[in-house]
Amino acid sequence: MIEARDLHKSFGAHQVLAGVTLRIQKGESVVVIGRSGGGKSILLKHLIGLLQPDTGDVIIDGESIARMSERQLLRVRRKFGMLFQSAALFDSMTVAENVGFVLRREARSHPEEIRRKVAEALDMVELSGIQEKKPAELSGGMRKRVGLARAIVYRPEIVLYDEPTTGLDPIVADSIDQLIVNVRERLQVTTVAVTHDMRSARRIGQRILMLHEGRIHFEGTPEEVFSTKDPIVNRFVAGVADTRNHNF
Amino acid sequence: MERLRERFEPLGAFVLWSKEVFVSIVAHRLNVRDLLYQMYFIGVKSQSVVFITGAFTGMVLAAQTYFQFHRVRMDHATLAVVSISMCAELGPVLAGLMVAGRVGAALAAELGTMRVTEQIDALRTLAAHPIDYLVVPRFLATVITMPLLTAASIAIGIAAGYGMCRIYLGTFASYAYDNMVKYTGAEDFLTGLIKALFYGGMIGIISCYKGMTCREGAEGVGRATTEAVVYSSITILISNFFLTLVLNKLLQPA
Ligand SMILES: Nc1ncnc2c1ncn2[C@@H]1O[C@H](COP(=O)(O)OP(=O)(O)O)[C@@H](O)[C@H]1O
Ligand SMILES: [Mg+2]
Repeated sequence: MIEARDLHKSFGAHQVLAGVTLRIQKGESVVVIGRSGGGKSILLKHLIGLLQPDTGDVIIDGESIARMSERQLLRVRRKFGMLFQSAALFDSMTVAENVGFVLRREARSHPEEIRRKVAEALDMVELSGIQEKKPAELSGGMRKRVGLARAIVYRPEIVLYDEPTTGLDPIVADSIDQLIVNVRERLQVTTVAVTHDMRSARRIGQRILMLHEGRIHFEGTPEEVFSTKDPIVNRFVAGVADTRNHNF
Repeated sequence: MERLRERFEPLGAFVLWSKEVFVSIVAHRLNVRDLLYQMYFIGVKSQSVVFITGAFTGMVLAAQTYFQFHRVRMDHATLAVVSISMCAELGPVLAGLMVAGRVGAALAAELGTMRVTEQIDALRTLAAHPIDYLVVPRFLATVITMPLLTAASIAIGIAAGYGMCRIYLGTFASYAYDNMVKYTGAEDFLTGLIKALFYGGMIGIISCYKGMTCREGAEGVGRATTEAVVYSSITILISNFFLTLVLNKLLQPA
């Protein structure tokens, strides 16, 4: 279970998180929506301990991680897989080396077994036979898939997605959404995604949280999000700019 | 007081970070393959500039020394001056400056790019400590490679200086050679190697730090790269003065 308690985070004078509290059950699939620059990536990075909150706490399976050292965190992070917005593949390595990174470092498996697991993970993201390619040779959608393969190859319990469909054309975006749902069903992982793409949010999320002005402004099922009378949620869902308020 | 704190806070952060690097070197298993790869890379990248620098410095030093010494009929001391200057000062300092330009810039740019493209965050989510995995092999590789490059640069510089002496002194060059052997001590060479070791460490740690703490975007990477080179070079030039005084006291027979 993932729990955030009253997270605050500022960069200089700019407050990004102003008291975020949330709770995500094991096996659940949650999407956090919100405007670009609203702090969604920052929130996600707090959940996996890449950033430390100014105040507040993050609790993973009963363990407080907000004040852990980087070395202690390495153990906790083994439970997580994360897909970055830019995929963040290691560009000096081939696809196979990227995907097999954790397995090779742990050095518990035989090279032959690593090769098999890498092929299996690439199969799951529907990309077979590209093991020897370099990230620079891949399209945006393929990179995201390789990033996903790298995040799930070691069977984490929780997978975090940062804008999984942003910057992709609608067809590729749709296939990525499908993949996220497949991964959740096949591996039984807890899924947390942040996005500003409502179509994607509706497909992936069993529960949707809206981050607004540094707090969770609204939470509910996809149906509730689409049917609510809340003006802020409405404007976001319909994609209408608030002409009186240009501070984006 | 507040102003003072603001000025020294970045330095404090750097010192704490350096401490983590040393803890990692002592307490965590080093990947020897990564280290060898980095050494190869650093060696290949900088050997040509370092060798050219050594050769031309040796030659110009020999020529200039000869011009001055010839007037006071001390031609035979020319090579001794060349060899001592190359060993103790010019060899390590110039090799250090060249390596700072080549390797320091490359390290900061590589790590900085990894940071701004979230590759370092990705590494952390994949349960690898960036200091163990990225910084330590690069740091140790510069520390080990610098003395090797410096020794080669010194040897080439002296050989080139000897070549110049042959041209100016003809057969008398062998007197100059004998004098060089007589007046250059092992402590001069050792001074150079200790300096090189220290400069290698400074280039490695400053450049890795600049890369790992790089600001956002292409601008951040550019700035980290420039700062890595500038700070490494300044550190080399300033510490050279103090190292000369200290090593002279420690190594020279009274
Ligand atoms: N390292 C940083 N230093 C300063 N400001 C930052 C940093 N990272 C993010 N921010 C700011 O925090 C805000 C939220 O960023 P982010 O979480 O990336 O937004 P998004 O919701 O689009 O993912 C942005 O306004 C950004 O400028
Ligand atoms: Mg973002």
